[in-house]
Amino acid sequence: MDYHILREFADSWVLLAMFLFFVGVVFWAFRPGSRKEHRDTADIIFRHEDKPAEKEART
Amino acid sequence: MWNYIKLAVLGIAVILFGLAANYGRDFAYQVHALIFMAAAAITFIYTLRTTGDVKPAPTGYLDGVVRAGVIATAGWGVVGFLAGTFIAFQLAFPQLNFEFLQGYGNFGRLRPLHTSAVIFAFGGNALIASSFYVVQRTSAARLWGGNLGWFVFWGYNLFIVLAATGYLMGVTQSKEYAEPEWYIDLWLTIVWVAYLLAFMGTIFKRKEKHIYVANWFYLSFIITIAMLHIVNNLAVPISILGSRSVMVMSGVQDAMTQWWYGHNAVGFFLTAGFLGMMYYFVPKQAERPVFSYKLSIIHFWALIFLYIWAGPHHLHYTALPDWASTLGMVFSVILWMPSWGGMINGLMTLSGAWDKLRTDPVIRMMVISIGFYGMSTFEGPMMSIRAVNSLSHYTDWTIGHVHSGALGWNGMITFGALYFLVPRLWNRERLYSLGLVSWHFWLATIGIVLYAASMWVTGIMEGLMWREVDSQGFLVNAFADTVSAKYPMYVVRAMGGVLYLTGAIIMCYNLVMTVRRSPVKAVEPAAVPAE
Repeated sequence: MDYHILREFADSWVLLAMFLFFVGVVFWAFRPGSRKEHRDTADIIFRHEDKPAEKEART
Repeated sequence: MWNYIKLAVLGIAVILFGLAANYGRDFAYQVHALIFMAAAAITFIYTLRTTGDVKPAPTGYLDGVVRAGVIATAGWGVVGFLAGTFIAFQLAFPQLNFEFLQGYGNFGRLRPLHTSAVIFAFGGNALIASSFYVVQRTSAARLWGGNLGWFVFWGYNLFIVLAATGYLMGVTQSKEYAEPEWYIDLWLTIVWVAYLLAFMGTIFKRKEKHIYVANWFYLSFIITIAMLHIVNNLAVPISILGSRSVMVMSGVQDAMTQWWYGHNAVGFFLTAGFLGMMYYFVPKQAERPVFSYKLSIIHFWALIFLYIWAGPHHLHYTALPDWASTLGMVFSVILWMPSWGGMINGLMTLSGAWDKLRTDPVIRMMVISIGFYGMSTFEGPMMSIRAVNSLSHYTDWTIGHVHSGALGWNGMITFGALYFLVPRLWNRERLYSLGLVSWHFWLATIGIVLYAASMWVTGIMEGLMWREVDSQGFLVNAFADTVSAKYPMYVVRAMGGVLYLTGAIIMCYNLVMTVRRSPVKAVEPAAVPAE
């Protein structure tokens, strides 16, 4: 196994895999029902400004 | 029990560093061994004095380390800007390379001191402090690891001191932004692993379901910098008792590794990390959530997928194969899209609150920093195109580009974050003076404009002068001709530095007075439900 095998693997299958992962991320971000979740996540910064949460809020 | 183990380890460390100082092969190594020894001894005494103390279980957020980080950021910032302004004057007036300081205070020794002071001391402390602040608030959990955060703060600043003193004594492996020698690199690796643990530990014990986007950016910055730092600093020390080492890679491989590191230091230290700051402090100061959370997710993944490939554009027209430099160029141009996506996301967070720009100079500072981010992420891809690069490379244009990004984007967003943090961390009602913030804003902005504009002029001028040939094909200008032609612009650049430095000193005054004079924030009465 030398450098060229690694390079050919990198610019074919790995490239394809990374591209598909990225496309998957985009679709995941726009999936139905994500709007409410994203709004809730964007509001995290306005909670718990002064002290940590008392109990588990994760569901 | 834990304290006794610590005492034993620290005691042995003191002895070993003392031995290293005694048997060290060169002066710089001996000085550094003494610094290590002093640090270990101070920690030993501190641990000894606090052993056996009964401490109540800590509650609330660990903010002491953030306060220390804020002070370090402001202090190192002034040091770094001062060094930069001084070397700018050295370039304009070479007499400032004083004879009695030869070997310590000449341009070649002070330049890495300046770059590391602003990037790693100012920027690094800002990133560590703000990431500790943000990860605790957005995870609704105290910083993980007890006093690990304090170890990160003191360990990182010990690294800064070692690096800075090393540069003055000539301890350098001659790699841009990676100058420190092998033992300083090893120390930074230890500190960085502790940083990763403290940050990840806090995320793991978070009380919120989701990981807020700022933490994604901070985490990618920490992990990627660890990878870059280790690979680019693979070296074999000549002696365990000396400061010199030999790089494992050489030639074009070494150059490619260096600029893979160098550009991703820009991409993940100065961009991803500071974008983490943007995604927290801009929405907080504007009091509105980020414009589009979806866009922030796509921004994150696009940025980290693309940035890592852009490094080869530093090596156009070198021994690097053409395919590699074309790859770097193409990815640099594609990077324009996520960069501007992020810029739009930051700016549009203010939609519906643009009136705050009139009344709040802190948000003005954040907005102009995003503006400079947009400008330098347009300029960068353009300069990475091979044809443009043939004119811009090795000229002052590059220096101007770096500074519009560093002073404009990194500097301004950090100032905004400091103005945000200080009243909250010291429990003050408000800043001491908003008028002084406005002064800082305008001094810094005009300083950057002077800097960037003068460097565009000298850069393009010297690029054109270097390539000018007469009808016989001979070069028209000698190198010294370009140097003397640049003189007036060098003075303008140094004046820009003076303005920027003055603004930073005003900020320090304002922040100190905020802590000392601003009214203490009144405790809000607990909400009582209406009967």
